[in-house]
Amino acid sequence: MAETVFAPWDDPSEKPLIRFRSVTKRFGDFTAIDDLTLDIFEREFFALLGPSGCGKTTMMRMLAGFENPTDGLIELAGQNIAGVPANKRAVNMMFQSYALFPHLSVWDNIAFGLRRESRDKAAIATRVDEMLKLTRLEKFAKRKPHQISGGQRQRVALARSLAKAPKLLLLDEPLGALDAKLREATQFELMDIQEKTGTTFVIVTHDQEEAMTVASRVAVMDEGRIMQVATPERIYEAPDSVYVADFIGDVNILHGTAKPAGEGTYSVTWAAQTAPITAVSSQPFSEGQSCHLAIRPEKVSIHKDRPEADNAVQGKVLDIAYLGNLSTYHVALPTGEVIKAQVANTRRISRREFTWEDPVWVSWTKTAGVLLAK
Amino acid sequence: MGELDQNRWGAVGEMRRAVLITVPYAWLLALFLIPFAVVFKISLSDIALAIPPYTPTARDGIWPMLSQLDFENFVFLTDDDLYWKAYLSSLQIASISTFFTLLVGYPMAYAMARAPEQWRPTLLMLVILPFWTSFLIRVYAWVGILSGEGFLNQFLMWTGIVSDPLTILNTNTAVYIGIVYTYLPFMILPIYSALDRLDGSLIEAAEDLGCSRIKAFWLVTIPLSRNGIIAGCFLVFIPALGEFVIPSLLGGSGTLMIGKVLFEEFFSNRDWPVASAVAVILLLILIIPIVLFQRNEQKQVEAEG
Repeated sequence: MAETVFAPWDDPSEKPLIRFRSVTKRFGDFTAIDDLTLDIFEREFFALLGPSGCGKTTMMRMLAGFENPTDGLIELAGQNIAGVPANKRAVNMMFQSYALFPHLSVWDNIAFGLRRESRDKAAIATRVDEMLKLTRLEKFAKRKPHQISGGQRQRVALARSLAKAPKLLLLDEPLGALDAKLREATQFELMDIQEKTGTTFVIVTHDQEEAMTVASRVAVMDEGRIMQVATPERIYEAPDSVYVADFIGDVNILHGTAKPAGEGTYSVTWAAQTAPITAVSSQPFSEGQSCHLAIRPEKVSIHKDRPEADNAVQGKVLDIAYLGNLSTYHVALPTGEVIKAQVANTRRISRREFTWEDPVWVSWTKTAGVLLAK
Repeated sequence: MGELDQNRWGAVGEMRRAVLITVPYAWLLALFLIPFAVVFKISLSDIALAIPPYTPTARDGIWPMLSQLDFENFVFLTDDDLYWKAYLSSLQIASISTFFTLLVGYPMAYAMARAPEQWRPTLLMLVILPFWTSFLIRVYAWVGILSGEGFLNQFLMWTGIVSDPLTILNTNTAVYIGIVYTYLPFMILPIYSALDRLDGSLIEAAEDLGCSRIKAFWLVTIPLSRNGIIAGCFLVFIPALGEFVIPSLLGGSGTLMIGKVLFEEFFSNRDWPVASAVAVILLLILIIPIVLFQRNEQKQVEAEG
C-alpha cells in the first residue's frame, strides 16, 4: 500500500490554517518582522528556526495574541485575528519557561484552562486525566511544580496547553531547559503527541537539529525575514542561499565565478591556482556571474592518491575533529582555503589512515554541491 | 587533604557554627528575654512611693522578694473594664487600619512592580523617603492637615464640596489616616518584592488559557503575592496594635488604645506594676500574630527552596 505523503503545501486546493500576509512588526525604530508572508497548514509541525533576535518569538507572540502586527494581516482559519485578545483565541502556547502556576498542583495546572470554559466538573476531570495519561504524568497529579523534575514540568506544560484542544499549539523553545539525552527523547514524544492529537504545532527554536527532527517544514529566519521555507530535507540538501546553507549544519562555501559548460552544468573558477570545479545546477547562471558553491563535508571524500572524480584538489591535513562516530578533516589547500571532509569512523580508531600534516586529496562529484547566487 | 586535617577542619567548622548560632541567641537574651523578665517581675510587684516606685526590690534579698510577688495586678486588669475594652478597641483599630493600608498599598506596590525597570529604584526610594523625617514630625504635620481650619478643610471649602469644616482631627478616622500613612511603606515593600519576583509569563499563560486580565489577576497575581500580603499585614498590624503616638496626637478622648493606657499608667499614675502587667498582656496578645508571621516566612523559604 502506497503511503500518501503529507504535503498540503504542494496542494493548491488546500486552505492554509494560518496566513501571514505582508506582516510587519516594529518596536519603536526596531523592525522585528519585515513584510513577511507565510502559510502554515493544518496538522503541520512547523518550525521557525533562526538565531536569537531574528523575530521568530515575535511571530509566535503575534499568533498567541500578545502582540499585534504593525502592518499586514494574520488569518487563522480564514479569519483575521488582529484585535482578538489572547484569551479568545483557539490558540494555546507552551512557554519557554513553562510558566506553570507554582501555587497549583499538576492536576490543577492542567485543569486551569478547562475551568475557564464553564464545562461541568466531570468533563474537566475526564479531560485532565486523559491529558495526564497522554503525557504519562498520572503519578504526579497531586504534586506541585517545584516537586517534579524539569522533564516532568515540560510535560505538564505540554499537557496544560493541549488540554483545551486548540486549533494551533505554539511551542516556544520547548526543550531548551532539558539536557541533551532527555531532549532527544522528548522530541520524539512531541512528534508522537502531535500525530496522535492531530493538532497543528508551530515550534520556535534556535536548535537546527531539533527543527530538522520534529518539523514537517522549517522556516529559516534572519532579521525579521524568512530566508527559506521547505521540508527539512530540502533545507539541508537544497538551500537557496548561503545564509541558509551556512545556518543549517556544517558546510564548505567556495566562492567563484560561473561559466556555462553544457546543459545544467557549470564550470566554476575559484581561488585561481586550482582547476575549475564542475557543478550541476538547476538554477541558471550566466557567464562570469559570481556564485557560491556549498558542499556538505560528508559529501567530500578524502584520499591518499589522486582519485578518479569530477573534482579533486590536493592539500594537507590541518586539523582533525574526532566526534566518535565521525571524524572531520580540515584540509588546507595551497591557496590557504580550508575544505572540511567528513568520514564515518567505520573502523576502530587504532589505525587512522591520515594524520596531521599528511598530504591528501579531497574530492566530490559534480552533483555533491549546490550552486548559489546569493 | 589528610584525614587529620579534615578532622581539624571539621572541629573548626563546628566551633564556627556554634559561635554563629550563639550570637543571635545572646542578642535575644540580652535585649529581649532579660528586659522582659524585669518587666514581668515588676508586673508582679506592688506600687510604692519610692525609687523605683514599686516593692519588693532585689535589695530586700532574692527570697523575700520572690515570696512577696503575686498576680494581683493581673486580677485588677480583669476587674476594670477599661483595660479589656482598650485591648479590644486596639485590636479593632489595628485590624481596620491594616485593611486600609492593604487597600492603599497593594495598588501602589503593583504599579511599582509594573513600572519600567529604570524607574523602580527611584520609586522604591520615594517609598522609603518619609523615613528621613522624624516620625513625630510627620504625625504632627497631619494635625495641620486634618484640623478644623487645616489644609484639607480649607481646600474642601474652597472647592465648595463642603460648607462647614469636617471634624476629622481627634476622631478615630484621624487615627486610621495616621496609621495608614505611617505604616504604608511596611505594606508596600513586602508586596512589591513578591510582585517583582512574579514571572510575567505566568500572567500571559493565564490569559492564553482563557482568563481575562482581571481573572488572571485574581487567579494568579493575588495568590502568588499572598506571602507578601501576609507579611505586609503583620508588619502593619503588630506595631499598630501597641501604637501610642498616633492615637495620642490625632485621636480624641473617644479613642481608646492600649498604648495610650500604658503610657498613662506609667507616666500619669506612676503605677509601674499595673503598667507592666498591661505590657505583659499586650506582649502575649502580640505573640500570636508574631508566631503566625514567622510561620508564613518559614513556609515561604521552604516553598522557594
